Amino acid sequence: MKVLVPVKRVIDYNVKAKVKADGSGVDLANVKMSMNPFDEIAVEEAIRLKEAGTAEEVIVVSVGVKQAQETLRTALAMGADRAILVVAADDVHNDIEPLAVAKILKAIVDEEQPKLVIAGKQAIDNDMNAAGQMLAALLGWGQATFASELTLDGDAATVTREVDGGLQTITVGLPAIVTADLRLNEPRYASLPNIMKAKKKPLDEKTAADYGVDVSPRLEVVKTTEPPVRSAGIMVESVDELVSKLKEKGVV
Amino acid sequence: MELTHEHEATRQSVLKWIDDKVNPHVDDWEAAGIYPAHQVMGALGALGMLGVSKPEKFGGLGLDFSYAAVVAEALGSIKSGGVAMSIGVQTDMCTPALEKHGSDALCEEFLRPAITGEYVGCIGVSEPGGGSDVASIRTTARKDGGDYVINGTKMWITNGVQADFCCLLANTGDGPVHRNKSLIVVPMKTKGVEIARKIDKIGMRASDTAQIFFDDVRVPQANRIGEENMGFIYQMEQFQIERLWGALNNAAMLQRAIDCTIAYTRERQVFGKPVLDNQYVNFALAEMQAEVEALNALNWRGVEMVVAGQDATRIATMAKLKAGRLARTVADGCLQFWGGMGYSEDSEISRIFRDVRLTSIGGGADEVMLRILTRYMGIASD
Repeated sequence: MKVLVPVKRVIDYNVKAKVKADGSGVDLANVKMSMNPFDEIAVEEAIRLKEAGTAEEVIVVSVGVKQAQETLRTALAMGADRAILVVAADDVHNDIEPLAVAKILKAIVDEEQPKLVIAGKQAIDNDMNAAGQMLAALLGWGQATFASELTLDGDAATVTREVDGGLQTITVGLPAIVTADLRLNEPRYASLPNIMKAKKKPLDEKTAADYGVDVSPRLEVVKTTEPPVRSAGIMVESVDELVSKLKEKGVV
Repeated sequence: MELTHEHEATRQSVLKWIDDKVNPHVDDWEAAGIYPAHQVMGALGALGMLGVSKPEKFGGLGLDFSYAAVVAEALGSIKSGGVAMSIGVQTDMCTPALEKHGSDALCEEFLRPAITGEYVGCIGVSEPGGGSDVASIRTTARKDGGDYVINGTKMWITNGVQADFCCLLANTGDGPVHRNKSLIVVPMKTKGVEIARKIDKIGMRASDTAQIFFDDVRVPQANRIGEENMGFIYQMEQFQIERLWGALNNAAMLQRAIDCTIAYTRERQVFGKPVLDNQYVNFALAEMQAEVEALNALNWRGVEMVVAGQDATRIATMAKLKAGRLARTVADGCLQFWGGMGYSEDSEISRIFRDVRLTSIGGGADEVMLRILTRYMGIASD
């Protein structure tokens, strides 16, 4: 069984994002970029399936700028077998929308015929939480989103999902799309031997045009702003004062 | 030199591991005055980071020294200089001579487990009567049958309390002081090896430093690294890697000092504005950044020479000297801008300040570096 894992190159989770002067988006020039953390979890899960003998091959795919090949190399260093880079933008500021990504992924799924796609539940840059679901719809496959546990049994996958107030367990027939939540696993650190091995693993480079997908945006970003700065609080002397202040504000 | 994607991936992997698995525990280790060396080495060994430039034959990666240099820099982000130093002792201070001159059997017995992290190593050169003055050490190893019988005291031994083996320098002959010493690998559980005490230090507190007695310690002569009476020469070679490692790691710690000072002074308000918004402060930080970058340039020139197989002694000596000098001025300069917080135990800068002070002393004091350099310049007074 082949497992396909889409990975996205995003602004590193440790970087404090700054909005561009013209408000058109987040400034990504000379900013540290890394693999989307949820995608890392997805890669880890796929590699574990391979190590358990359930999967034969793990293919990672990234859609975006050419530099996303670094992200793919990271996934290969974790243990994926080969990578496909789909160059769809020249400028790191041109984010490819979920529908275009899903269409490209569908074309790759048609070619590669994986039985399982494991994706991150969302990318931490735009928080769209859509590409996985859209891909399921385009393929007509079942989907199990926000997975915190995944077990494969023959032609079915049992997935535990974190939902409000508890855990929901569902079964989906394969082929299917699973999207990874935070607690699915703890991704490994790439070891130095695997970093060196990754250099020799195949990385195919394609373009969006190769799959006949139009990646031009359908959404228009009207404005991007920094979160409001939290204003200073006040110290109250007593409980009575606190209650009266709260009443003044109309919150009690 | 141009660093590849693989260098960068190596750095990122180490940094991530430090963030997740090391830094959350360093405050406890600092308070305890020791850290779980076997556990940490085991984890780092599993990532392949203890054998970066060691031969593949013994479980290493066989990569050139530039990769080891990247790891040395990455370890500078451990928020406890002592933990980083302990790892450096293992990878680049007590094993380079073993790797280069040790027999296959000796490497199999000690180098392989040092690369996996199963063993922790230490380097036994300094003594109560002399550290930087290596030629004057007193410890002796006398031949008896097929063994050496070792007697003496070693001092300031990093990892000494926890180590499984010691790469020990001892007098084995009567010849001139540079031709009468040998490096011998001594298993620390051998009868007669006694950890006299764990030394209390002003910095590098998570790293255990020991004084060790050797009382009729018997080890096979097969434990000698390379040829007899070549130990001083081997140790001088080994020092080049040690000093470069120290300079690389130190530069990364000083970078952290600058970075954490920028972050702190940006938040800290004095007279109605952030401390950082005073030109006196930000100019000083810019000056320090320029100095650290200059040190980086010198360090990497040394790395390039090692990679090219050239003798890097002169540059490594200069790098070690400048690292020690900058350790004092940069750490002190940064600490000043933290005000009272900088003088408190809780701040990142106070620990850096205490830890990097060692750079001017350990691995050969600044004054020893100057002595070496005067010889290169032909102006030595002796």
